[in-house]
Amino acid sequence: MAERLRADLVLEYPFTRTTGPVIGAFLTGLREGIILGIRRPDGTVLCPPTEYDPETSAPLTELVEVGPGGELVSWTWVDPPRSQSPWDQPHGLGMIRLDGADTPMVHGLLVDSANELSVGMRVTARWRSEREGHIADLEGFVPEGASQ
Amino acid sequence: MSADPSVPPAALSGEVCLPEKLADVEPVRSVRTPIRLEYDFIPGAASSGYLNAFADRKILGQRSPVDGAVFVPPRGVDPRHGAATPDYVELPDTGHVGGFCVTNLPIPGRDDLELPYVSAWIHLDGADIGFLGLVAGIDTSEVRMGMRVQAVWKPDDQLGRTAENILYWAPTGEPDIPVTAAGTNAWHAKQAVESGDQG
Repeated sequence: MAERLRADLVLEYPFTRTTGPVIGAFLTGLREGIILGIRRPDGTVLCPPTEYDPETSAPLTELVEVGPGGELVSWTWVDPPRSQSPWDQPHGLGMIRLDGADTPMVHGLLVDSANELSVGMRVTARWRSEREGHIADLEGFVPEGASQ
Repeated sequence: MSADPSVPPAALSGEVCLPEKLADVEPVRSVRTPIRLEYDFIPGAASSGYLNAFADRKILGQRSPVDGAVFVPPRGVDPRHGAATPDYVELPDTGHVGGFCVTNLPIPGRDDLELPYVSAWIHLDGADIGFLGLVAGIDTSEVRMGMRVQAVWKPDDQLGRTAENILYWAPTGEPDIPVTAAGTNAWHAKQAVESGDQG
């Protein structure tokens, strides 16, 4: 019986995607240090924004600033992060409903321990100093009142 | 009022209404979204037999118990019938180009491929499907469907249990296979002969 064969196999694609006007605006906002949602005909605000209304398919065009503070709707703890995670330390992943938005968005929760997280707590955005128009321009969210 | 969900939404004109703060900044139009998947690849029985044979400069296929079709690389099963294919068939390192593509642009991660290069479906003599290989030793403009080729192997002392033992496929200079019997047409042409359609 021959010895078992094994090989490393890496599948990698360096995609660049065009964004369209709405996601492009969202990313432009991140680069400029603000978070945008988009208003539906009934007045509610989706964040992150979508190009089309999820119920009626009508085009959505009115981008509005939301956050940077918000409410933690739900969360989980990640320890250890996987090798390609944007974060290299244990962290939370949360659904965050930003002030002015009616839907939550997913992002990292930058705290030292799961003991610091609870549903309903107030969190706020922490920005990277160098930003390029990417979701990672937002380093993550921290408890409101924590040092930035 | 809900729109008819079967009707695709109208394309956005690009006219969106932005907050004042973003009125005069350059908009983002593209975003990097690289993906990377890392596998620990462990071949199964059929693939292991195929790879081990390469160390002895042998190319193995497997024969379908249903109609005798020979598959290379062997996968342990005839995918058309769901039938196991336990019997290996040793194949020669000669065949023809069933189809090909001339690539003139570099692809990330393959700096080892000198441009332009030709990737081709190589249909081995005795096999009924093609497998991928590089064609070289000929000007790219001369490559054609039906062209006879033979494997160019690494030196014996560099052989491993890998299909990389075959450096590329070079033309033999023999007469071409007719296009009507080359590549994926080969199986159909063979079936027609066996059923007497051409008799």
